[in-house]
Amino acid sequence: MPHETTVIRGVRPYGEDPVDIVVATGVIAEIATAGSGAGRVIEASGLIALPGFVDIHTHLREPGREDAETVETGSRAAALGGFTAVFAMANTSPVADTAGVVEQVWHLGKATGLVDVFPVGAVTVGLGGEQLAELGAMATSAAQVRMFSDDGKCVHDAAIMRRALEYVKAFDGVIAQHAQEPRLTVDAQMNEGVLSGQLGLTGWPGVAEESIIARDVLLAEHVDSRLHVCHVSTAGSVEVIKWAKSRGIKVTAEVTPHHLLLTEDLVASYDPVYKVNPPLRTSADVTALRAALAAGTIDAIATDHAPHPHEDKDCEWAAAAFGMLGLQTAFSIAVLTMINSGLLDWRALADRMSVRPARIGRALGHGHDLKVGAPANICVVDPGASWVVEPATFASKSRNSPYAGMTLPGKVMHVLKAGKPTVECGDLAC
Amino acid sequence: MRHLLSAGDLNVDSACLILDTAAQLASVTDRTVKKFPTLRGRTVVNLFFEDSTRTRISFEIAAKRLSADVINFAAKGSSVSKGESLKDTALTLEAMGADAVVIRHGSSGAPHRLATAGWIQGSVVNAGDGTHEHPTQALLDAFTIRHHLRDGTGDLSGVRVAIVGDILHSRVARSNVLLLRTLGAHVTVVAPPTLMPYGVSQWPCAVSYDLDEVLPHVDAVMMLRVQSERMHAAYFPSVNEYSRRYGLNALRMGLLPPHAIVLHPGPMNRGMEISADVADGERAVMVEQVANGVSIRMAVLYLLLGGMTDDGKKEI
Repeated sequence: MPHETTVIRGVRPYGEDPVDIVVATGVIAEIATAGSGAGRVIEASGLIALPGFVDIHTHLREPGREDAETVETGSRAAALGGFTAVFAMANTSPVADTAGVVEQVWHLGKATGLVDVFPVGAVTVGLGGEQLAELGAMATSAAQVRMFSDDGKCVHDAAIMRRALEYVKAFDGVIAQHAQEPRLTVDAQMNEGVLSGQLGLTGWPGVAEESIIARDVLLAEHVDSRLHVCHVSTAGSVEVIKWAKSRGIKVTAEVTPHHLLLTEDLVASYDPVYKVNPPLRTSADVTALRAALAAGTIDAIATDHAPHPHEDKDCEWAAAAFGMLGLQTAFSIAVLTMINSGLLDWRALADRMSVRPARIGRALGHGHDLKVGAPANICVVDPGASWVVEPATFASKSRNSPYAGMTLPGKVMHVLKAGKPTVECGDLAC
Repeated sequence: MRHLLSAGDLNVDSACLILDTAAQLASVTDRTVKKFPTLRGRTVVNLFFEDSTRTRISFEIAAKRLSADVINFAAKGSSVSKGESLKDTALTLEAMGADAVVIRHGSSGAPHRLATAGWIQGSVVNAGDGTHEHPTQALLDAFTIRHHLRDGTGDLSGVRVAIVGDILHSRVARSNVLLLRTLGAHVTVVAPPTLMPYGVSQWPCAVSYDLDEVLPHVDAVMMLRVQSERMHAAYFPSVNEYSRRYGLNALRMGLLPPHAIVLHPGPMNRGMEISADVADGERAVMVEQVANGVSIRMAVLYLLLGGMTDDGKKEI
């Protein structure tokens, strides 16, 4: 069967002048005058084309918690969210700390085929923080793991962290740290501040994040390795990362959509849908995180998509699980917080949601500029549309979205992965 | 008012209404027949996820004196420890027709969740949630202070109260700071800095680390229990040092004005936060606190189930 030629007609790359993007054999074959391209047409006048988004922080829950999410349902949610690649975190059951488990996840991703699933390998055996997992075996497996993380837990032992940072240099790996000093956050439930004191919920102080980041950037400098900081949540962390980057330390950082929008005030409802780790912080932190993302101090938006079954959120606060859904709302939250505020233009948003995250995770074939010859991983969005968040309609198996009922701007309309449509007119292509 | 979740939900009118109602009801306990028929046919469930015999019994007696049917539901272990979930327990109580649920829970906000998650229709009374609040304790403390220092009427304008001890983990302290402030009292919390909540400087009270400096300027001092688990978690170097710096003993009693009273929510650690001679002394009002607790809980149940409007007016 000959390869089909697809024309994205009249689309505005990065919000610029309308063109036809012609896609054939999985790559952008031509960028032509609007209306001139020939082939199967995707009508896209008024819409904006961006490189397919790359999420370097997703929990797909498989293997082990298929009641919350599977690689298949998570892939659907990701595609609908405009993503063409996701990095699946290692805190599954069993933990993704061997070549066998990461290959299983990788194969499940291939079988679903809606997004490229890049498994993240655990840094330590069983996320236990004591013994390095077989990082090399995971790197050379079919999954070609380049990002390693004990996410959910901090690699708190400084010697283990140092060895991990050093070891992954052999295969251009990166350690993605969940920065949380464990002794400062025993039983922590929410941001430590005036509100936590009033609500009687144990505080999760910003310093527990900042002190680990400060230690890790110094370690990364000392051993000249790549460090990535997961879900940065405080203004203080931004200052540390900015300082580290100014010294030329190889550090990158991500921020979640929810930390760009939501604040700790929501916790006063004691509704566990707002329980997340790291916790929602203050409006001053939100402002600093947005500014840091705009300045590039924070490199990427990453969802920390964390599906949980209903019963794990339909309970009292302390009993509830940490985490929020993010894949299907990330783009709209980015529009709301970064585009509509004027902090980022479309090209810069593409940089933070596709180019840089792909580079951090070494996601081959992703994060390319929209130009002739680039892999056709393309997301087409309607910047003027708005929609009401109804978690019941989500492709994810779980419903724990903090945005339920909110009207959000911007809608993902079409997605092509390697030239093949995965989303058409806002629905999964079949 | 449908629920009593936080002392902060009360304004001066509704708080005084509860205190005044409790005063009226207290006279009943002096009679031979100690019962009102008011809540006959209504069901009050004491849902206790934590052991607390004294609070549970206080609510039980209060409900029984109002002729309510009382069910004690000692839910050992919560959903945290694989027991039945709070939701399923709530749905069970709802199906059995509970008109009011008095809940004690180790998790802050559990009563709030019970009242707002849509699981039950009845009234919810917070009988102590985690390190959050214990509003009926604050009401009975205010009642006791008012009786001694304000002839049992009106608000507490100008009364100076020190709350001393583990402010960080104390639901009694949180509820008292809120309620006493609403009633016009001046509150000073006293503790070592490690036992102060983060951001306490923004609470509606004064903050001191020095008990001796505070005692001469208060009309009432409320000593808080220091839980044994705090003693081994580096909040202070040793029990002896805590007792020396923050314990109320005979020597420190001499610093108090002669009219000042001593409160303690119980149970006391004699020899730790309070010496035995102070606890048994004539200015200690702990036994009255217990008796007043019954009257306050009667008033709360009566007003919630009998009717109190949001503006604090009694609906009879």
